[in-house]
Amino acid sequence: MTRVQLIGVSKRYPGRGKGAEPVVAVDDVSIDVASGEIHAIIGYSGAGKSTLLRLVNGLEQASSGRILVGDDEITSLPEAKLRAVRGRIGMIFQQFNLFHSKRVSRNIEYPLVVAGVAAAERKRRVAELLDFVGLADKAEAYTDQLSGGQKQRVGIARALATNPGVLLADEATSALDPQTSQEVLALLKRVNQEFGITIILITHEMEVVREIADRVTVMDGGRAVEQGGVFDVFSSPQSATTRRFVSSALPTEPEAEHLEQLRERHRGRLVTLTFRDGNVDQPVVFRTLAERGVGVSIVHGGITDVGGRSFGKLTLELIGEELRVEHAIAALAQETDLEVLA
Amino acid sequence: MDKLIELLANGKFLEATIQTLVYVVFAMGIGGVLGLVIGVLLTVSRQGGILQNRALYWILNFLVNFFRPIPFVILIAAIQPLARIAVGTGIGDRALIFVLVFAATFGIARLVEQNLLTVPPGVIEASRAMGAGPLRTILTVLIPEGLGPVVLGYTFAFIAVVDMTAMAGVIGGGGLGNLALQYGYRQFNPWVTWAAVLIIIAIVQLVQLLGNVIARKLLRR
Repeated sequence: MTRVQLIGVSKRYPGRGKGAEPVVAVDDVSIDVASGEIHAIIGYSGAGKSTLLRLVNGLEQASSGRILVGDDEITSLPEAKLRAVRGRIGMIFQQFNLFHSKRVSRNIEYPLVVAGVAAAERKRRVAELLDFVGLADKAEAYTDQLSGGQKQRVGIARALATNPGVLLADEATSALDPQTSQEVLALLKRVNQEFGITIILITHEMEVVREIADRVTVMDGGRAVEQGGVFDVFSSPQSATTRRFVSSALPTEPEAEHLEQLRERHRGRLVTLTFRDGNVDQPVVFRTLAERGVGVSIVHGGITDVGGRSFGKLTLELIGEELRVEHAIAALAQETDLEVLA
Repeated sequence: MDKLIELLANGKFLEATIQTLVYVVFAMGIGGVLGLVIGVLLTVSRQGGILQNRALYWILNFLVNFFRPIPFVILIAAIQPLARIAVGTGIGDRALIFVLVFAATFGIARLVEQNLLTVPPGVIEASRAMGAGPLRTILTVLIPEGLGPVVLGYTFAFIAVVDMTAMAGVIGGGGLGNLALQYGYRQFNPWVTWAAVLIIIAIVQLVQLLGNVIARKLLRR
């Protein structure tokens, strides 16, 4: 239950060499993160998002502006006092930053030792956390015996040990494969919902924002160029950076919610075709449909370039007599990657 | 072969071996601790370290760079006055041990620094982010995380110190190196030289093996 306010925050580094202009990493950024909110900060590398995140727990000191975490004014606390506040701010990292010399349970216990928690209570809490992240059987393992996803789950358990009000996530899923990413994001969502922990996460991946964030700040060149609810920002992007992020997001199948809406508008059978690097001959698709007297409208998706290859998902509405549609689907299934939407 | 065995059984060799080991134990014991302290200070005081301190880093770095390149045999002569002040004599075992500790300290400091720098900055940052102070971070994160490579560094230093002890004769010390030179080389008795060599090889191999085993345990490879 912690609100985080950044008010006109800047971070400047001295320039290299004599008379060099200072480097402005963060430029007059204001963000008000409500208690219990998941706030994403998205930007390309060098946008200043990583520095910004480190200002929140005082790992870096702001050059100007104010930062409030709950009632603590980070920007006015001396280092010794900051340490106590950091116990109330969890942090997870892209490279997990687990201690290789310590077993999993010792990793999770570490912040509790720092906080001066008694041994019996530490033991109880570690067991509880291991259970929460589903790694009870890995308590005595070393961290290099874990997969990436497991490592990040240990990182999350460690960050939660002291019951922080805020969790800072520094590209927490960028080192993970998409499947594992999803699992970790789901866990973060659970953390947010079950404990009401405010989460500030930085990322360069649209998917992450789309997946779990309530609100988003788009950063470019140290400035917050756009801010608001995730849907608002990405459905009508105002800045060039935001537009680039939106267009970089891959076309997808309609999600469950979206699918219902589609159905209301399109009464025909809905199928999704997946296009991978020219594996589908489009003229053949449309000829097949036409030959069987099936009408078609494209209702969702698109085709885009990914690393010089085309990738896409198109959701089609097939319109016609039931039997003809069935035959058309059977024929298409032979030649394409086709999924009938239930 | 019989001749070698006969020589090795000689009391002189046992005495020299013990002498060498005493030198090395003192040098590694005292120099090891001092070197660890200086090495850690170098690591944390450098730019971007958790106790960044330009002046301290500059001074320590200068000292290490100043003393480390001096060949040991010259260092013995060069810091003899310092030995007289510190241990009351400029010759014999005590003076030799003083110079060994001195050389080992600066050599080990650099090895410790180099190996601790391999600890990813991220784990140090994680420790800070959890509210740990610098001293706790050094003792419970920095050193444990870097211990595997540091142990290999100490193994390397041990062998370097064994090498240094061969110069003991210069200021009236003993040990295997002195034995090999005095009774082997000067008296045209290569058997003696080679017997000393064999013992040194055995000691070095043993320590290297031990170092490797411990480091492998720590690195879990």
